[in-house]
Amino acid sequence: MTTLEKTTEDILQLASAHFKVPREQLNPTDDFFKKLGINSLQALDLLTRIEQHFHIELPDYELQGVSDFRTLAERIQSRL
Amino acid sequence: MKSFQGKCLSWRISDGTIELQLDRAPCNEIGSESLAELEKFTEALESLQRDAHALIISSARSEGFCAGADLRELYERSQSLRPADRIAAVRAFLERIHRVMNAIDGAPLTTIAAVHGVTFGGGFELALTCDLIIADKMTRFCFPELRLGLIPGFGGIPRLKRDLGNAVVRDLLLTGRSINATKAQSVGLVSQVTGEGDALRVARATAAQIGKFDRETAMAAKRFIKTIPHDELRREIEIFCELFTKPAVEEGLRKFVESTDALPYLP
Repeated sequence: MTTLEKTTEDILQLASAHFKVPREQLNPTDDFFKKLGINSLQALDLLTRIEQHFHIELPDYELQGVSDFRTLAERIQSRL
Repeated sequence: MKSFQGKCLSWRISDGTIELQLDRAPCNEIGSESLAELEKFTEALESLQRDAHALIISSARSEGFCAGADLRELYERSQSLRPADRIAAVRAFLERIHRVMNAIDGAPLTTIAAVHGVTFGGGFELALTCDLIIADKMTRFCFPELRLGLIPGFGGIPRLKRDLGNAVVRDLLLTGRSINATKAQSVGLVSQVTGEGDALRVARATAAQIGKFDRETAMAAKRFIKTIPHDELRREIEIFCELFTKPAVEEGLRKFVESTDALPYLP
């Protein structure tokens, strides 16, 4: 069973690798739009990478109002 | 014209394959300039197709294949017209884009959309005119039109319904959600999913394979299996124009154009 902590860590690693932000600069409560400096198209890119990594389908409307890594992890966790 | 370099797109012919490449910042939004160049392409297609067996449509933009209609231009153009003239202008645009889409849909060539990234709205509808869709694994498909109080207007619903089950069409249309390439392949929309940045190469390899077959036979097969849903396409224009008169559409367009939201594509 994947824990919320593990899911959060996986997202942070994914975001760090793809958007070239050092992992140690990212925290679970960070606003990922601000911290990664991404726009809506790049957010879609992150969503696709998340779906591929976790082998899930995450409708984008479930991300409405979600801007921090921890809440994003909770949404993913509910689909695992 | 064997090759063309415009402001929004280019085309060339190589080894019996016509390659049409969209290239307008930020993500190939289709406005009046793109439409004029697409019309130029469909005119040229008459002579290009004599020397070709396949057509590949792709995008040079890293953001994706095409984000759909140029909503900013649509809104600004609407605002510059008297309300009574707005519908006539929208209808004229739709009639023109439908002629382009129908010409590509029925072209006597095997047509391939090589897509990546954002393939939304009118971009999705352009891909649906093609015989095959080859998608980079980072592609996302979406019909976000309902958030504006509209339906897709470039032929999307009839063409998606032609290719897929009605339940899938309803899901995409009524939720406005985007789906990735793997999901799109699982429902039968995408013929091949490629690695990142590899869709055009795979499309070229597929076009080369198609070139081994007798073209007349291939076209007989295409005509037999792929009909253009003309009646539904006409109906789509009517519904779009009816909806466009509603105040909610103007408000939706205004909100989108003025939005500073990080996720403006979401309803």
